[in-house]
Amino acid sequence: MRVSVDPDRCCSSGQCVAAVPEVFDQSEDDGVVLLIQPRPPAELQSAVRTAAGICPGRAISVQEP
Amino acid sequence: MTTVEPIDAITFPAARGGCPFAPPPAYQEALEQRPITPISLWDGSRAWLVTRHEDVRAVMGDRRFSADARNAGFPFLSDGRRELATENPSFIRMDDPEHARFRRMLTGDFIIKRVEALRPEVQRIVDGFLDGMTAHHPPADLVAEFALPVPSLVICRLLGVPYQDHDYFQERSRILLNNHTTADQVRRANDELRSYLEELAERKAHEPDDRIISRLVARGDLTGLEVAGMSLLLLIAGHETTANMTALSTLALLRDPAQLARLREDPTLIKGAVEELLRFLSIVQSGTVRVAVETAELGGTTIEAGEGVVCMLSTANRDGSVFASPDELDVGRDARRHVAFGFGVHQCLGQPLARLELQIVLETLIRRLPGLRLAVPVEQVRFRTDAAVYGVEELPVAW
Repeated sequence: MRVSVDPDRCCSSGQCVAAVPEVFDQSEDDGVVLLIQPRPPAELQSAVRTAAGICPGRAISVQEP
Repeated sequence: MTTVEPIDAITFPAARGGCPFAPPPAYQEALEQRPITPISLWDGSRAWLVTRHEDVRAVMGDRRFSADARNAGFPFLSDGRRELATENPSFIRMDDPEHARFRRMLTGDFIIKRVEALRPEVQRIVDGFLDGMTAHHPPADLVAEFALPVPSLVICRLLGVPYQDHDYFQERSRILLNNHTTADQVRRANDELRSYLEELAERKAHEPDDRIISRLVARGDLTGLEVAGMSLLLLIAGHETTANMTALSTLALLRDPAQLARLREDPTLIKGAVEELLRFLSIVQSGTVRVAVETAELGGTTIEAGEGVVCMLSTANRDGSVFASPDELDVGRDARRHVAFGFGVHQCLGQPLARLELQIVLETLIRRLPGLRLAVPVEQVRFRTDAAVYGVEELPVAW
């Protein structure tokens, strides 16, 4: 799985951070998404899909191999 | 203007049915039979009611549907709401990039880590008001003594608003959120609240602190009116919504002892339970409004430019294609796809704070008051059917 984020689409809801803090973080200034792990391990992939599905800005893309 | 056929339009807002927690039957029927359906508003104008989860997310995530009430055809849900949306509107009634400019001045205050750091302080506030409520003999009104003061004090501390003024702004925010107040009443309440906050902002210019209003003033790129408008939005949204969720969640759990027992036995369910209660109760009952600024296809219906759209969050949250057995409260389900906070760039800014408050409030109530019960027959509970945010007027409880 390869994850990418689009900071311009992000609305800083923080739902990705709440869902998978191992993969996503937020900028201290304005809460915009920071990607920590673009290739999350298998055990986090389901949570990453959830995060992508609930992101209000549709700022998270997930490419499955 | 609008091409919506008048024949079978639903008169909006429709009345609730027998179950106080369920959306109005007319909307649920629309969800099942005609998910994008014409409605007739208070002033005789027409709009589209959007009821399905997928369609609500599509509208709220699409910039062809504008939140800016200055666009022709924007649907106003009452005379008072028109006043609020058009006279010096805050950034919730703007589109990007104007909206994003203001919103991003505030998003840093609501990042997950910063809100999570408030947990000990919010817990102290919750314990304090619960101590106060239980210091006298039951019954007590859970709304006045607990559900309202907790989020009110929390948002006052974050903003730097003196909590002793709470009667002043609570009374006036009620007027702004009521469907039956006149444009004049709304204008007066809105002016008074803005003047109050503008004066407060002026004081902060001379005596700065590290709270939100003071920091907005210190930026130097906002007018006094802009600071007041942004502060007012946070102040109202910060206490009315969480207060109503607290009281209504308590009532829903008291009415469903099996679900309450699950939470009592396994407090680790609380985070998921809050999401489920947000879904199940969907307290933003008035509908979230947009206007099409370009012609758009939506779920097989053509929405013409200049037509209004009312997104119904409560039916989207009971869409059976997303949530199995949607009319059942199930604190163990994964309800995170709910749209109780809306969707798209306008999704609730304060949602991490709302979640934190609700988790602490409900966990604490359940742990500290194992005998919590209604002190009146449920038929006597008065529901807020005529407000933008659903809730109960009072909730007499014993313990």
